[in-house]
Amino acid sequence: MKLPLYQTDSAHTTRYLFFTGKGGVGKTSLSCATALKLAGSGKRVLLVSTDPASNLDEVLETKLTNQPTAIAGASGLDAMNINPVEAAAAYRQRLIGPMRGLLPEAALRSMEEQLSGSCTVEIAAFDEFSGLIGNPETTKDYDHIIFDTAPTGHTLRLMSLAKAWDQFLDNNTSGTSCLGPLAGLEKQRAIYEGTVKTLADASATTLVLVSRPQLAALREAERTSKELRALGVGNQWLIINGIFETRCPEDVTSQAMQRRGQAALAAAKVFISSLPSFVVPLRPINILGLGGLRVLLDGDSEPASLSERESDWTPPDMESLESLLTDIEQQGSGVIMTMGKGGVGKTTVAAAIAVMLARRGHAVHLSTTDPAAHVARTLAGQVAGLTLSRIDPAAETAAYQTEVMRAQGDKMDAAGRALLEEDLRSPCTEEIAVFRAFAREVGNGTDCFVVLDTAPTGHTLLLLDASEAYNRELQRQSRSTQPAAVLHLLERLRDPAFTRILLVTLPEATPVHEAAALQEDLRRAHIEPFAWVINQSLLHSGSCDPLLQRREEAEHRYLREVVEKQSTRTAWLPWQPEEPVGPDALARLASAPLHASTL
Amino acid sequence: MKTIQVYDPPMCCSTGLCGTEIDPALVSFAALLTQLSQQGVKVERYNLGQQPMAFVQNPKVKALLDQEGVAALPLILLDGEVHLKGRYLTDAERVTLSRAALGENAVVSS
Repeated sequence: MKLPLYQTDSAHTTRYLFFTGKGGVGKTSLSCATALKLAGSGKRVLLVSTDPASNLDEVLETKLTNQPTAIAGASGLDAMNINPVEAAAAYRQRLIGPMRGLLPEAALRSMEEQLSGSCTVEIAAFDEFSGLIGNPETTKDYDHIIFDTAPTGHTLRLMSLAKAWDQFLDNNTSGTSCLGPLAGLEKQRAIYEGTVKTLADASATTLVLVSRPQLAALREAERTSKELRALGVGNQWLIINGIFETRCPEDVTSQAMQRRGQAALAAAKVFISSLPSFVVPLRPINILGLGGLRVLLDGDSEPASLSERESDWTPPDMESLESLLTDIEQQGSGVIMTMGKGGVGKTTVAAAIAVMLARRGHAVHLSTTDPAAHVARTLAGQVAGLTLSRIDPAAETAAYQTEVMRAQGDKMDAAGRALLEEDLRSPCTEEIAVFRAFAREVGNGTDCFVVLDTAPTGHTLLLLDASEAYNRELQRQSRSTQPAAVLHLLERLRDPAFTRILLVTLPEATPVHEAAALQEDLRRAHIEPFAWVINQSLLHSGSCDPLLQRREEAEHRYLREVVEKQSTRTAWLPWQPEEPVGPDALARLASAPLHASTL
Repeated sequence: MKTIQVYDPPMCCSTGLCGTEIDPALVSFAALLTQLSQQGVKVERYNLGQQPMAFVQNPKVKALLDQEGVAALPLILLDGEVHLKGRYLTDAERVTLSRAALGENAVVSS
């Protein structure tokens, strides 16, 4: 399949561009490169990250806030982050600030507590997002507004919220909601309507689905494409980033890499030919800084062979995943959570751990948030002692609605039930339902091993924030009807003998730095990660392909950074010539020795 | 026409659904207010988390907040006089409030 190279010029670019896709596919790199190119042609461009774990700062080498900041060295380009937790803090400040001195301190504190819940956090971020799209006044100084979005789930939610709130406001009878008194909401309402309209306007908005030449990423792009089409977002492109053709045909690793890519493209052929599709070749280095970004779309894709390799380099001390598990299994039960940037292999690592623990005779429950549940599906019924489940937001929401109506409904009259049902249809309910599902899965770790792959970093941070906000609110109450799992969530996450957190990363700049930032956030919440897992390393691959050689060499400093600066224990997993799917391949991955001479 | 003013503690929505607890008394109360309002009673409802200025602007409410803190909430005023403070109405009290707002012969569901 021969696809054109991705190029960009203002004449063929709509005012709004959304880059979305699975974690790790290169959304940030491509949205930055596109923004730079447009700004370079004299256009005024605003680049916005909606990822709670934004990497824009690192890639643009500029400290960003929730207001547009000019990027030095790129005239015409401004960038900003919509950080939900900071947006909520600003929202709280706007409400509470003017009340200081007017209301007693205790009243201000209770306002602050209420406005720290997950509902406020989501709405505050969503208001900033919809303001940029639905209110033309805010962006009138720009020709193009480019959104670098969070991994798919979060983005779908953000884009569907405008419609969800708009409809909720249409049907609401009680006059109040999570959004505040509805009387004051007419302005917001117009903005939500404007947002829905702009997203559906093909002459104003392009959705750029970014993928890698990998089956899971292409499938996710296809699913996103369908879901957003259903929401009315019809003008869609596909960019397949990181196309690789080996220049060293006798090399096993690079051949396998090329083959894996070609097979994935062939399998997704129908989807790829259903919309305008483009490719970007794999680059030898991680894309950081303006120089690197300019190379991404315009660079020479033929790197010279390395004339000499670093000879004095010895890899730092790392262990196999199996050796970590040998320590973890002593406890007999508990929770193991994989966390990290999207696309680093959290689900694969979680599945490998689950298979290995089950094969060693433990009762294991693997709970995944992977929407495709591809890895998990290949394990169903295959491993004795291993059970599977998935946190599905829609199903969790429906179950929660039923549960609340059953538990509360009979204590109320008909009018009360109707009102409760109405509030349960509010988009806020999903946040609560998913949070409770997470607490429930963690709670199951009291009598077996529970292995959880969390959603990408951003959502993990929001869950953590919600856990702390709930905990504070619960402490102020004398009695509670909350399930025990919710009451004990934070204390369980903080107990190093109960919860083992594994930070998963690739040996590359952004995933390592995102995991390091996540580790800081966890520590602030008094949660200490157990170990780091470096996945898909090309170390010891012995490739003779010049591009892969350079990528392997680029790994060195990140392997060292993780082992020497970040982690107390580090497990290492080699890049796999075949996608690690099925119990045997996963078990092999988990027990891969550090010196993978078998490759 | 009677006026009911309700000053709620900070909460997410009218039923308290977004908080950690759902208080059935709160939900039934919210439903009662909807009914009373449909029958011509003037109902004003303020949430400390969203409309704090309303609490400052009513001298009675402000004074109670200063003296007793948030324990004084929720605060229910009928025609400007404190009707109940610190909790929501029981089943029997809902009937009493309905009668007080609509007149003795009013028919309201419990």
